[in-house]
Amino acid sequence: MKVLLKNREMLLVVAIALLVALIALRFPPFVTPRNLANVYNDTSILIILALGQMAVILTRCIDLSMAANLALSGMVAAMLNAAMPGLPIPLIILVAMALGAVLGAINGLLVWKLDIPPIVVTLGTLTIYRGLIFLLSGGAWINAHQMSDAFKALPRTAFLGFPLLSWLSLVIIALMVVVMRLTPPGRAFFAVGGNPHAAVYTGIDVGRTRFLAYCLSGTLAGLSGYLWVSRYAVAYVDIAAGFELDIIAACVIGGVSIAGGIGSVGGAVLGALFLGVIKNALPVVNISPFAQMAISGTVIIIAVAVNARAEKRKGRVILRKAEAAHG
Amino acid sequence: MLQDTTTSRMKPAIALEGISKTFPGVRALSEVSLALYPGSVTALVGENGAGKSTLVKILTGIYQPDEGSIRVDGAETHFPTANAAAKAGVTAIHQETVLFDELSVAENIFLGHAPRTRLGLIDWRRMNADARALLARVGADLDPSIRLRDLGIASKHLVAIARALSIDARVVIMDEPTAALSHKEIHELYELVDRLKADGKAILFISHKFDEIFRIADRYTVFRDGRMVGEGLISETTQDDLVRLMVGRDVGQVFPKQDVAIGEPVLTVSGYRHPTEFEDIHFELRRGEILGFYGLVGAGRSEFMQSLIGITKPSAGAIKLHGEIKVIRSPAEAIAAGIVYVPEERGRQGAIIGLPIFQNVTLPSLSRTSRAGFLRMAEEFALARDYTSRLDLRAASLDQDVGTLSGGNQQKVVIAKWLATRPKVIILDEPTKGIDIGSKAAVHAFMSELAASGLSVIMVSSEIPEIMGMADRVIVMREGRIAGRFERAELTAEKLVRAAAGIEEAA
Repeated sequence: MKVLLKNREMLLVVAIALLVALIALRFPPFVTPRNLANVYNDTSILIILALGQMAVILTRCIDLSMAANLALSGMVAAMLNAAMPGLPIPLIILVAMALGAVLGAINGLLVWKLDIPPIVVTLGTLTIYRGLIFLLSGGAWINAHQMSDAFKALPRTAFLGFPLLSWLSLVIIALMVVVMRLTPPGRAFFAVGGNPHAAVYTGIDVGRTRFLAYCLSGTLAGLSGYLWVSRYAVAYVDIAAGFELDIIAACVIGGVSIAGGIGSVGGAVLGALFLGVIKNALPVVNISPFAQMAISGTVIIIAVAVNARAEKRKGRVILRKAEAAHG
Repeated sequence: MLQDTTTSRMKPAIALEGISKTFPGVRALSEVSLALYPGSVTALVGENGAGKSTLVKILTGIYQPDEGSIRVDGAETHFPTANAAAKAGVTAIHQETVLFDELSVAENIFLGHAPRTRLGLIDWRRMNADARALLARVGADLDPSIRLRDLGIASKHLVAIARALSIDARVVIMDEPTAALSHKEIHELYELVDRLKADGKAILFISHKFDEIFRIADRYTVFRDGRMVGEGLISETTQDDLVRLMVGRDVGQVFPKQDVAIGEPVLTVSGYRHPTEFEDIHFELRRGEILGFYGLVGAGRSEFMQSLIGITKPSAGAIKLHGEIKVIRSPAEAIAAGIVYVPEERGRQGAIIGLPIFQNVTLPSLSRTSRAGFLRMAEEFALARDYTSRLDLRAASLDQDVGTLSGGNQQKVVIAKWLATRPKVIILDEPTKGIDIGSKAAVHAFMSELAASGLSVIMVSSEIPEIMGMADRVIVMREGRIAGRFERAELTAEKLVRAAAGIEEAA
């Protein structure tokens, strides 16, 4: 049991299971496989975004501009589709991802080359990217009837009984596991956040690593941009406004340390799922949206408190015999 | 020194009796006694981990003792908070001063007890005037209104001492105050200690440096493993006696430098210069050699070493490795070329907490453990196992977080990390700074082994015994230039000091 509770991911799984069980007591249909699959599908975009944010937070940075990036990339994807309905959807997705990557790279360059604090950089670009959407669209909405059917259909196309959106998020999770565990940049994210000074001496370029993390979060935000506008079949200036906070909340609940260096793909995914369950379940058990916000906030604070306890340093071993006993 | 003979008859300003302190699983202090007398300097000596810091924290009200009593002027008292200790006149000046960089000098001095106007607001005019008067008393010519961050470490110490005077401290604790000071600043600090003594303050002086203990202390107290093992008058003891008390044994071979056959030149540095930090650095480093770099703090040694591994860019100069010209623009290129640098600041250089042991070890060697851009965990484990076992690392599993290891084992992980890069040249910057004598010997033995195994070692050190004991050759730097070169055979402490301080050879 102790080992179980020590493992952050297991703790979250238990918390999510408890939450789902509680909901099931009041509203049994919530726990049908079909509904749970829907909840997962509904959380897919948050999962993808949280994974990008995790990479950035691991390097002791933060990306507040992810939702704005999503909205801008999504708007460009929608406008492309509206202007040229014949353009293949995969190409539109690539454009959205490339644009997202560029927007992320701008954040990364400002943090790397100009040494501006990440929170300031991304607070600035958040506003700029939202402003750009207005300039591009003239404040107009792109509505469902302006989008081609193929554009709207892709995320909901069923494959082996599940929508492509769900499958896509699973693919992203798998890719992120590979990146974080099996590639040098993935390792560098942890090292840079864990001890930036030591990382420099081991030959890691701290600025470049942060730049890469921002490119990654930007690319995933760009991809999410297309997914969002096609799923909800609308694009306008304010889509996903305030969503950056949900993304960061998912990471924090998932045990990604805001101080950098600690976190995991599994944790970020579970953190996003936890929020997804709350958002989907509370309305069906008749809890008002405002109470939902309060509950989400409480959960975030509890999660941070639990993580802070887990990260607390043990006291220094001073006596020799104690050190020997310590191994 | 006049007070020496009187202390035994004087009443202590503060006395600790039978103090014990236990942390979960660790007995940090057991039945320790200590008395500090007005107008007297007591040196507290002991290896790292002997319990000195715990004692300081008890004296300043940060920790409460489990047992024992504190008497101030003979009356038993308690320090439940840091504030209570400060009110009783106990103040501490730490190694790295605990002050506020963004506040002015005057604010730092009066933080928490600033003079107020009748309305209860801070009286800035009086605060600045009082600060000026206090700074004059410690012999500091500082403007009270400038921000602390614009001052050097020595000046910060003066501010800390002025703060101590402002709360009418009667007991001043100095925790390794000279550790980060230059030669000249140290002498100014000695003068200040003399002045505080003349003012009747009781001073507790914690230091690893025996020369300064014998220079300024009147009494000594020695701690070992959380116990007080000896005390008395400095005038009645010797350095050897103190060392014996500290370690509880005779220090036989502190510097076990093995004789190693010096081989062919490995690294040749010529014409290295930097616009503001150093110039005209040239030397040769041979296989199996330990080359010492001696100098005062701020002589430009670390700055030069950092340029050697590409952290800063030199404005001119060339490196040859095994006769071949190398251009090194980043630490990654330095590691690839076989030059590694183990920096001075141990907290920063240290292991990366949050990564498991094996990942800490392989971090600088990832290009070797990966294929086509993918890491190979099996090879990482093999590499980490190889080097950690050579260093006798004690850990349950290489997969465990390095943060769960003890400090000594973390240090082994860091060393394994550098050795795993298979360096040709290893630069150790102040490898034993601030560590206890027992660990020092282990580090020195290890350096010797490195040299014997064919590595070339550059050892930057500010400790003369270490330089004299370990180096085959010594380069002395002063103000960014090479001020002297010595072979081991001709080395004397006096020559080193003269070269470092720029004193002409006596005719």
